[in-house]
Amino acid sequence: MVDKTDEEFSLQALRTGDKAEFARLVAAYSTPIYRLGLKMLADPQEAEDVLQTTFLKAFQHLPEFEGRSSLSTWLYRIAANEALMLLRRRRPEFALDEEPEEGAPMLPTQLADWSHLPERDLLSGEARQKLDLAIQMLPEKLRVVFLLRDVEGLSIKETSEALNLSETAVKTRLLRARLNLRERLALYFAERLSEEDHP
Amino acid sequence: MSRQEINCNNLCQVLSDYIDGELSDELCHRIEEHMAGCEHCRVVFDTTNKTILLCHDAARETELPTDVRERLVETLHLEDFLKPKSA
Repeated sequence: MVDKTDEEFSLQALRTGDKAEFARLVAAYSTPIYRLGLKMLADPQEAEDVLQTTFLKAFQHLPEFEGRSSLSTWLYRIAANEALMLLRRRRPEFALDEEPEEGAPMLPTQLADWSHLPERDLLSGEARQKLDLAIQMLPEKLRVVFLLRDVEGLSIKETSEALNLSETAVKTRLLRARLNLRERLALYFAERLSEEDHP
Repeated sequence: MSRQEINCNNLCQVLSDYIDGELSDELCHRIEEHMAGCEHCRVVFDTTNKTILLCHDAARETELPTDVRERLVETLHLEDFLKPKSA
């Protein structure tokens, strides 16, 4: 969900190392790439590392970019790989994610209807912290799918291209991520709902 | 699931596809019929939608800090093309 589209950039200029065109690309995508790094890693220094490495690698490899995916998807792919690699470095003894791919997704257990809570509850500072924490608690492989699809606004196809996954795998992970987040937020917002009913 | 009856369990499995508009009109219609009579599923649908919206809106408020931007421009040697943001 970046405002600029690939059509606004000259691939030919980018491939031949045109710095002015590359600067336009950096200006358009530096915030989304930083945001992805920050939400994946919850560490501003590592998010900056992801940002710098993504554009350094992009500049280096643009001459070979074949345009099989869009420029933005390609940048997100580099950034997501960098972020996942940093996560692996943090705890090399564990494989990323123990979340099984198969089987039915978790069934909802929290059934309070908090969707109509007033904005002051849904958007309070405390609520935002809970949102961030809930995203951080997602297994990495679900988190990256959720961030690309639901925060950055990539399509299912673009997300599958960015992560080198099948569209079916993206959909499975997205469903799990959404239900997982809903469940965690429901626990918090149900308490706010109870306070509304019994102030 | 095209001919299968919609119930609370299988609706959950297609919830994401439904939210993303990836299902046929016919299946959407049957899901909506089920939700009209099932408070449980309507709440799960509404709160899942709201979850996505809140996470999206909160995350999109993230801005690129000025010092991070400046170091990026320096690293990429783009000072002649990307001027510092005026205070």
